[in-house]
Amino acid sequence: MGFKEFCFKKSLWLFHFGGASCNNCDIEILDCLTPRYDVERFGMLLVGSVRHADVLLVNGSINKRDKSRLLEIYEQASKPILVVAIGACGCTGGIFAEGDTFAGPVDKIIPVDAYIPGCPPKPEAILAGVVKLLNK
Amino acid sequence: MAEQLFYFLIYPGLLFAAVIGAFLSWYDRKITAWVQFRKGPPLFQPFYDFFKLLLVKETILPKYGSKGVFLLAPIFAVFGAAISGVFILLPLLGIQSGFQGDLIVIFYLLTIPSLTYIIGALASGNPLAAVGGSREMKLILSYELTFLLVIVAIIQKAGLTISFSDIIAEQNLNGAFAGNISGIILFIVAIFCIQAKLALVPFDMPEAETEIASGIMIEYSGTPYALIKLTKYIMFFILPAFLIGLLWSGLNFQGINILWSILKILFVVLLLTLIRNTNPRVKIKQAVRYFVIWMNLLAIIAIVLSYFGY
Repeated sequence: MGFKEFCFKKSLWLFHFGGASCNNCDIEILDCLTPRYDVERFGMLLVGSVRHADVLLVNGSINKRDKSRLLEIYEQASKPILVVAIGACGCTGGIFAEGDTFAGPVDKIIPVDAYIPGCPPKPEAILAGVVKLLNK
Repeated sequence: MAEQLFYFLIYPGLLFAAVIGAFLSWYDRKITAWVQFRKGPPLFQPFYDFFKLLLVKETILPKYGSKGVFLLAPIFAVFGAAISGVFILLPLLGIQSGFQGDLIVIFYLLTIPSLTYIIGALASGNPLAAVGGSREMKLILSYELTFLLVIVAIIQKAGLTISFSDIIAEQNLNGAFAGNISGIILFIVAIFCIQAKLALVPFDMPEAETEIASGIMIEYSGTPYALIKLTKYIMFFILPAFLIGLLWSGLNFQGINILWSILKILFVVLLLTLIRNTNPRVKIKQAVRYFVIWMNLLAIIAIVLSYFGY
């Protein structure tokens, strides 16, 4: 592993994109930043602007209105950027997969690097997914 | 010439100040984590962040902005911070004694990073960055007068000298200025000025992350953002060092005094960190009123007290 890649993996900054979510996954993502789970020990921070982000966390079902916004956010991010789909809705569409306004799971819109299934995934599952992403 | 370049680029200037500042920034994050019962980042985290931004990430230029000014602003910020670091640290570390009137030069050079943040933010053409830039401008207008009053009080205490090394020598001879009532008041006022200069939490409205999405920094990515991080590391070291030189008899590097000097810097940074962790963000109106009325009043009281010898 080269120096560049090492630095990149040691300091992943997160940006959170919530689609048409029921807010359960949002709460579980915020749980990871709290004292009990504390992702800052891996060097992760939640940033306010997508220009600073290294990881784009996408959760919730992506409907037709969200699709253009997700694409725009992805284009605005400075590359390289990793995309993580969180929750059943983000990974496959979940119960909304057959819905009228559903615009496809996240990996049909932008390339996805890791999937964390669950409805909602536990914070432990999100941390396990993050560790798998770091070892990839 | 080679000596000046060495001073600027390596020993008290850019490299030294940036490395010490990066470790202080780690210390700040670790203390924050302990206050919140967390574990905190590893020791070299600021270096990972800096090299990731510098080497890995792509730089995006704004479409509707002035690209040249946008890219030049962080470079000027680094140079301003490094050169004020040289002027502060040369007398403080006892390498050279500086020149007559360097206190005024340091005071003006310390505003360069904030000014360049404003210029870069306004050049990016982003409305949220413009909001952040206008807030930073109001913040500068409010804390600069207070900081100037603190320096005036210190000049008066030191017997009307405007040389930084003379001020440190005076304190080494007759005891630190922070040892009496007016000195303690000045120390409190100066701590709040530094908090506003570093844009730490009670006064972080220019880059409010949750409110205007990093404000003045919103469009920066890649190498320019790495330079801004570097500026922040340097400022995080030289401003506490400047405060210690002004009020707490400077640093001393002979024998056991090294430990005492390091503890002084860590104590000042600890104060800044604890203030930032126990306070909410104030509105810009409240911040302006806080400095223009209360902090100026305290500074003027300190000047009067020190005139009567307290």
